[in-house]
Amino acid sequence: MGSEVTGLGDAAAVGWERVDCDLHNEVPRIESLLPYLSEHWVEQVKTTVFRGAPDTAYPPALFREPAMPADPLARLREEVLDRDRVTAGILNCTYAVDSLHNPDQAAAMARAVNDWQSAEWLACDRRLRASIVVPSQVPALAVEEIERVAGRPGFVQVLLPARAHHPYGSRLFHPLWEAIAAHGLVAGIHFGGAPGNPPTPVGWPSYHYETYVGMALAFAAQLSSLVSEGVFDLHPDLRVTLIESGFTWLPSHLWRFDKEWKNLRRLVPWVRRPPSDYVRRHVRLTVQPLDAPGDPRQLLELVDQLESDEMLLYASDYPHRHAGDVEADLLRHLPPALAERVCSANAREWYRL
Amino acid sequence: MSATERRGAGIVDCDVHNELDSTRDLFPYLAERWRRHVDAFGLGGYSGVSYPRFWDNREEARPAPGRKPGSTVATIQAGLLDRHAIGFAILNPLTPVARVTNLDLSEALATAVNDWQVAEWLDQDPRLRASIIVAFEDPPAAVREIERRAADRRFVQVQFSGRPHEPMGRRRYWPIYEACAALGLPVMSHAFGSGGNPITGTGWPSYYVEDHVGPPQSIQANVISMASEGVFARFPELRMVSVENGFGWLPALLWRMEAAWHVLGGELPHLERSPAEYVREHLYLSTQPTEEPARHADFRRLFEHCPELADRLMFASDYPHWDGDAPDRALPSAVPEDVRRRILCENARRLYRLP
Repeated sequence: MGSEVTGLGDAAAVGWERVDCDLHNEVPRIESLLPYLSEHWVEQVKTTVFRGAPDTAYPPALFREPAMPADPLARLREEVLDRDRVTAGILNCTYAVDSLHNPDQAAAMARAVNDWQSAEWLACDRRLRASIVVPSQVPALAVEEIERVAGRPGFVQVLLPARAHHPYGSRLFHPLWEAIAAHGLVAGIHFGGAPGNPPTPVGWPSYHYETYVGMALAFAAQLSSLVSEGVFDLHPDLRVTLIESGFTWLPSHLWRFDKEWKNLRRLVPWVRRPPSDYVRRHVRLTVQPLDAPGDPRQLLELVDQLESDEMLLYASDYPHRHAGDVEADLLRHLPPALAERVCSANAREWYRL
Repeated sequence: MSATERRGAGIVDCDVHNELDSTRDLFPYLAERWRRHVDAFGLGGYSGVSYPRFWDNREEARPAPGRKPGSTVATIQAGLLDRHAIGFAILNPLTPVARVTNLDLSEALATAVNDWQVAEWLDQDPRLRASIIVAFEDPPAAVREIERRAADRRFVQVQFSGRPHEPMGRRRYWPIYEACAALGLPVMSHAFGSGGNPITGTGWPSYYVEDHVGPPQSIQANVISMASEGVFARFPELRMVSVENGFGWLPALLWRMEAAWHVLGGELPHLERSPAEYVREHLYLSTQPTEEPARHADFRRLFEHCPELADRLMFASDYPHWDGDAPDRALPSAVPEDVRRRILCENARRLYRLP
């Protein structure tokens, strides 16, 4: 690591306030949701083999610890909130309601998860914020859930899995964007998704490794869709966070997208500015997993290629583990003012904390 | 433009499209049984998987009113080979072969396309080379076709679409790679062409502009698959060529692959090295469409962020498509002269063993 590109000593970086934009609260077992399910669904769980939505994008190898702790909130406080001076942390519960093809079931499970989040997480620690889990595959039901939950303390975002049944710019989703915009919420497009469609344009890959590396491609497709369909033109204040997307793929995607827009913009005349302009204004990205080059000089060049100091948001992705160390591999190489923005100021402004 | 380029002493164009006016152009090369089949049933295959194109091919390449631009050798000679002093041009015909789900018909069409390439293209101009078209969804048939063509060294590689039915590294395709490796033929994947899956991992987008920014994502899925399945480890001589997919995405892909190897490498015990290392060694890419960052330094940095790129990138015009590039305009001025020469001439000459 070349000292000429090192912006900070470790001590300075560690000492900063953090807003952690990607923490995970996992539904430990279906029984945890029973207090929040209607009689109908409680009966289904108790008398049938239905056990909710166990699909997950995280194999055990991506967890820091093999088993879920007995008291997950206490563990989160100890391991992240207290230790890293996190003044606000956003919970992203990736409970896979999008994998449930029965829409009533999906909506019921989403409601239960959100009520569970309210009662057992948000009410217990004032540093916590959370994302609303919605049955995104049926936008009308997702809107209902947003209407039901928005305004409760702590909910700042709507969670949308990166892989969906259709790209999120599709007109099918426009009512969902209206609800998100109307309630001043952020849309958090998050790693994963279980729509039942193949995760790549060439079908199903063999390995988790491929899904993990290839998820950036789904994020890129979502950005292409949101810009091309004019979602940001319809909702000029809309905010979208890409969570666990990596960020080094973004500049080259935007170079290509801007070029195609120049050639083909008459197909989408409502897109009046280059796509990169929309993305800089409306999109943020969390920094873990860090898809960065080993050479810190090149990392700084990549950060510079975003052409914005506002786009990166600190995240630990607790309790998942990744190769990159955000502290050592990113923050300590950034100029101090930028590192501070990444640690907290960007997220405070974005989420209006 | 340097003196070398002006003399055309070796510019190699890795992506030229010899167009069929219609499937009927192949009838002289199809058995009676298949001519009757096509007349009675059409080609069949996946439905609803392609976007109507927006711009037509270059008008100058139209041989006569009512015909398709790029459908005769004379139009490609005048519009491309002579005009830009191209030393060698590789023909990559975009045909219905791979989207035909009737595998017998797919094989018959592949053979017909290659016979058509020999008679109406390769035999007409010594500067032309071609890709072997194969029914890659039926690997034994593909291997038969590769072996049928291998003695004709004017066929320089085997062509896949950008989107086969499964990721390219999946085991079902390995017999094709085994044949390619044995015969010293690279396997090439050309952008577009649906194998029945949506162009994104999140369903079908609405607009052609989204389709047109999609190929980098398809090829990355294929590259990840080839490396992680161990195709490059198993066939060390095999080279993969990405055509019309851009290349600006490569450094970030390699970083992601490297980082993922550290947490999920245990899943891939059949690999001795990080998948990214295999990609650095085995993947070649063509220029068009070139990513165009507004800041020249960003383009130059691609070659610093992935030093192998200077020896892997190869010029492609995509003639006669609307978004094609001429060799003197394919690269920003930021590219140094020696790298430019490698991209325009040397890399392809070496890979394809051209004289």
